[in-house]
Amino acid sequence: MTVLDFIEIAGRAIVTNALRSALTTLGIVIGVASVIVMGAVGAGARSEVDRQISNLGTHVLVVNPSARQYGGRSSGAGTNLPLSEDDLAAIETKVPGVAAISGQLWASATVVRGKANTWTRIWGVHEPYLELRNWSLESGRPFTAEDNAVGRRVALMGQSVVKVLFGDTDPVGQTFRARNMPFTVIGVLSAKGRSLSGDDHDDSILVPMSTARKYLIGWRQVINNQVGQISVKFEDDADLAEMQGEVEQVLRESRRVPPGDDDTFNVGNLTEAIKARTAAQATLSWLLGATAAISLIVGGIGIMNIMLVSVTERTREIGLRKALGARGSDIAAQFLIEAVTLCMLGGLAGVVVGIGAAYLTATFAEWPIVIAPEMALLALAAAAGTGVLFGFLPARRASQLNPIDALRSE
Amino acid sequence: MAAGGTTSDGPPLISARGLHKSYKLGEQAVRALQDVSFDICAGEYVAIMGPSGSGKSTVMNLIGALDQPTAGELRIAGRDIAQLPSDALAEFRNRTIGFVFQQFNLLPRTTALRQVMLPLMYAKPRPAKPEEMARVRLEELGLGDRLDHRPQQLSGGQQQRVAIARALVNDPQLLLADEPTGALDSKTSDAIMQVFADLNRQGITIVLVTHEADVARHARRRILFRDGRVVEDVPQVPHEHVGAFPAFAEARP
Repeated sequence: MTVLDFIEIAGRAIVTNALRSALTTLGIVIGVASVIVMGAVGAGARSEVDRQISNLGTHVLVVNPSARQYGGRSSGAGTNLPLSEDDLAAIETKVPGVAAISGQLWASATVVRGKANTWTRIWGVHEPYLELRNWSLESGRPFTAEDNAVGRRVALMGQSVVKVLFGDTDPVGQTFRARNMPFTVIGVLSAKGRSLSGDDHDDSILVPMSTARKYLIGWRQVINNQVGQISVKFEDDADLAEMQGEVEQVLRESRRVPPGDDDTFNVGNLTEAIKARTAAQATLSWLLGATAAISLIVGGIGIMNIMLVSVTERTREIGLRKALGARGSDIAAQFLIEAVTLCMLGGLAGVVVGIGAAYLTATFAEWPIVIAPEMALLALAAAAGTGVLFGFLPARRASQLNPIDALRSE
Repeated sequence: MAAGGTTSDGPPLISARGLHKSYKLGEQAVRALQDVSFDICAGEYVAIMGPSGSGKSTVMNLIGALDQPTAGELRIAGRDIAQLPSDALAEFRNRTIGFVFQQFNLLPRTTALRQVMLPLMYAKPRPAKPEEMARVRLEELGLGDRLDHRPQQLSGGQQQRVAIARALVNDPQLLLADEPTGALDSKTSDAIMQVFADLNRQGITIVLVTHEADVARHARRRILFRDGRVVEDVPQVPHEHVGAFPAFAEARP
């Protein structure tokens, strides 16, 4: 008997009891489907983290004014000293390993072109901003130092804004109006997609920092040379935790924070924040993992149960096979392979169900999913392993049947 | 207790010396065989008879290498059955013995061809053309047009002939039949017994276990068991039939 022969025998036995086999494998189906969904959600979360981090720029620290302020929320407008060009220059010159540094001063505004208009966020940034965010231009040119020095009303436009204002026509060289002033589009940003919280990165416009200060945030201006947030990108080999300490030290000096006082700024590691935000998905992923493990165990016990019934039902067949020359190992292999085949069939069904469930999750929960072929293989291997584990006892029992008793049984 | 009625020369195919077999039935120890000795030579056609509980089934299980004696020596085709480990017993059954059972013991939902192939599948090394070998056997037994039939599509006699083809497919030295006509009507029984007679004429050793005198008449020798002992061991003139399966007789001259 070869493995193929045993698989054929198993197939016949399974088809003979098709309904029973299907019900028996239900636990395996659920277990494997859980493994697939778990893997898809987990991998989706990981790839989303990676995408977010690379979107925001890797190796980036973000400085906000005030210790209790994060992401533009302030705990008392006007009570905090904004970050200034001086702070930015201090970091750039005194902290080693800075690869790119830029301020981010934002304003919301309605932008208009002819009859088309949209409400969007306009960011005042320094020239290194694009490098810092790994953001490339699809067309046009980036800002120059002169654009910033002069405060030219030039803009780089995100694709979502382009779509609304310009449709399919090329926006480079065209103008739009914001705060009743004309701005010229000099470039189009490449598409970046959505952030984890659902913000559309492409629904934004970039202008030079001094332009933003001059024309867009006048009413919010507290000091002459404020820069909003400061993002600092470090060289790849820099230790971000160590750099965070350096930046804090430099800022305490440049902002003249008396020793012992709290910082009037906050240095954050965006990577950490994003990882924390995706922790919920990771938790769900583990929950699914636990479900998968329990389902596989319960499913395996179901398989074992039905295989024990099968051994009893087929006692006569076992006796006959032994009389015809089957060794104990032949009988054991037959039942073990039947259990494994049953589990593998359940596993295949589980993979199909799992992929379907993963896509449903992606659609309704709007979670990113990634279905890796390795995950399907892993799930099938888990199913096969369950078959071996729980098929062992019935197979052993079958192999140890006394041929005489087996032949006599009715 | 001399072995009587041998019909051929040479060393005996089966040699039983002082066989004892006892087993436990609940609290009670049952002595199924007590000091049983006999020889069966190659080419013999022996009927083992006796009422139920006489030990004839026990001796059949021992000869079939399905069971091992508690004491005594049992040599079949030169092998000491009592000394063989279970895998060797399986191989021995596969190569040396062909079984025919009262209830045919065919696998359900399996075609005749596959039934007959079964012993070949367990053979080591596996023969090159098991399907061909099985087909030839079935044709010899007049079932050439029933290769793809399943047991439920076959009559009792046809089923038993499939079982006989299966027993013969490995060219065994010994055909062991346990009440082979017990589930058949008398006309079909006669036909099956004719098959055995033809096989024996071709030189196959047959041991037939039965409690029916009518069936035992076909054998050339009769061993009678009672209470676990041999009480009679005599040669007899077999009751002959006209060949029921001439095609089969021709196929193996």
